[in-house]
Amino acid sequence: MDISKDYQMMLEAYQKAEGNPEVFSNSKVAHLVVHKNQVLGKHLVPGLKIEPKETKDGIDLKIRVLPDIMLEYPVHLCFGVLPKEGKQLIKIDAEVGENSKVSILAHCVFPNAVKVQHVMEAKIRVRKNGFYEYNEVHFHGDEGGVVVIPRAKVILEEGARLTTNFQLTHGRVGLLDIDYEIEGGKDTVSEMLAKAYGYGSDKIIIKERCSLVGDGARGIIKSRVAVKDTARSEVYSEIKAYGKNSRGHVDCVEIVQGKAQARAVPIVDVFEESAKVTHEAAIGSVDKKQMETLMSRGLSQEEAVDVIIKGMLK
Amino acid sequence: MKELKKKGRIQEDVAARQLYFMLKIEELNLKKGEKQILNNVSFEVADGEIFGVLGTNGAGKSSLAYVLMGSFGYVPDSGKITFNGIDITHKTINERASLGITMAWQEPARFEGMPIIDFILLGSKEKGHTLAESYMDNMRLTVSEYRARQVDKTLSGGERKKIELASVMAMKPKLAILDEPDSGIDMLSQEAVIAMIRGVKNYGGSVILVTHDEEVVKIADRAALMCSGITFKVGAPAEIIEYYKQHCKPCPSKKYPSKENGN
Repeated sequence: MDISKDYQMMLEAYQKAEGNPEVFSNSKVAHLVVHKNQVLGKHLVPGLKIEPKETKDGIDLKIRVLPDIMLEYPVHLCFGVLPKEGKQLIKIDAEVGENSKVSILAHCVFPNAVKVQHVMEAKIRVRKNGFYEYNEVHFHGDEGGVVVIPRAKVILEEGARLTTNFQLTHGRVGLLDIDYEIEGGKDTVSEMLAKAYGYGSDKIIIKERCSLVGDGARGIIKSRVAVKDTARSEVYSEIKAYGKNSRGHVDCVEIVQGKAQARAVPIVDVFEESAKVTHEAAIGSVDKKQMETLMSRGLSQEEAVDVIIKGMLK
Repeated sequence: MKELKKKGRIQEDVAARQLYFMLKIEELNLKKGEKQILNNVSFEVADGEIFGVLGTNGAGKSSLAYVLMGSFGYVPDSGKITFNGIDITHKTINERASLGITMAWQEPARFEGMPIIDFILLGSKEKGHTLAESYMDNMRLTVSEYRARQVDKTLSGGERKKIELASVMAMKPKLAILDEPDSGIDMLSQEAVIAMIRGVKNYGGSVILVTHDEEVVKIADRAALMCSGITFKVGAPAEIIEYYKQHCKPCPSKKYPSKENGN
């Protein structure tokens, strides 16, 4: 197998996913490039440890951000499967040390997928006053043959912050089945955002759960999904508030076109009288007033729908 | 003074029927369910004219604006709209926009993910951040504060209104339909709105100014008074305002024009 050729192809796919391949030659930026179960490139910066272990179907990753480390630049991860068929199982064990900060930008690229399965199982712990940002952007081909199953369990210790941003808006979704679970301790803040655009026979399932266990914990779950043709989406957003003065909010918007179907299930449980959790969910076709405004500036109906959906998923 | 002279000329020219009418509205009728929303509405708007449509809440002013723009669900049951000699009665919103008609809604829409600058330039033939920023500046929107923001729910209604008016202005329309352009706008920015309306006229465009505020209609060249879907009086703004103050404001029935005055 020609590793350098695979590496080059991964970078090309990474670029198509709107990633900047120059980061892989920047010594200040940490990165890891994984094709199927093979590490093609790796670079670390002081305070960050990434230990990849190749397995039969993928890779086990141990990520550690040492205490009191504020990483200046995002850590770039690139996972992918280049052939038409294949499986990739990524297991992540991540820990962000006390008072540390890390931002991870993961690009998952499957440009030729006809039958590809990408599974991620992550266990993440963010220590006291730590900050963990995880952005995941997908680039799929037009075949719709990708199955993406991301699973994450996150524990936030006192004062920690978490931001997740999952985006699958390029190419066919195939099947997406997200399941994220967060437990927030005292004075923690968690923000989860998922965006997906399904068409053809795509199926999108988003389950995001947040338990506000500690006093003063705050959490928001936000989802933006658009489906057309015969695609289907199901969004389950759940916030449970146990801590005193904890605050949560669920915000789900789904746009449905053609024969597509969408479901939104916000679940809000409050177990403490001083806590407050709110939710808003809107499912429907494109907003009439938005459409009329854009059309009154000369856009066709199709162009207006496109602008509205792209804006929502931006 | 110059403005007043010009306004006087339009009124005289209209009276003498010497002016070219860009928009002709003939006997428009619109029914929603059992309710007659527009009832034989007819008037004409001249090239370069600010035409006010004054009336109380529920008079049918906004519905008229929707019909003129071609909004979904607002196809008239009968009647005809002609714009620059073209029958646009059944044309779509974007077909009308391509002819140079646009509208600012009373309650502007929010657009998640759309930068203000992009929104302002949506219908503009010219592009460029500097141009968009000049329109923001015209509407008293501090450029440094709004440059990086989006037309989303973080903006107040008044802010969105100003941005929408800037967007209308950037399009340089031949006909701008402005539904209550002053509502929700702070006092300091009212002048900017008036300047914006006059700006359309200055380059030769026309404005249909829908309002319930008699003060706003003063800037019009001519105006129509609407009640219960009927435009029962068209004339000089001063005359329309006087009638509105005398008869419409104290009228206990907001539904029908006063019969005592021969209407």
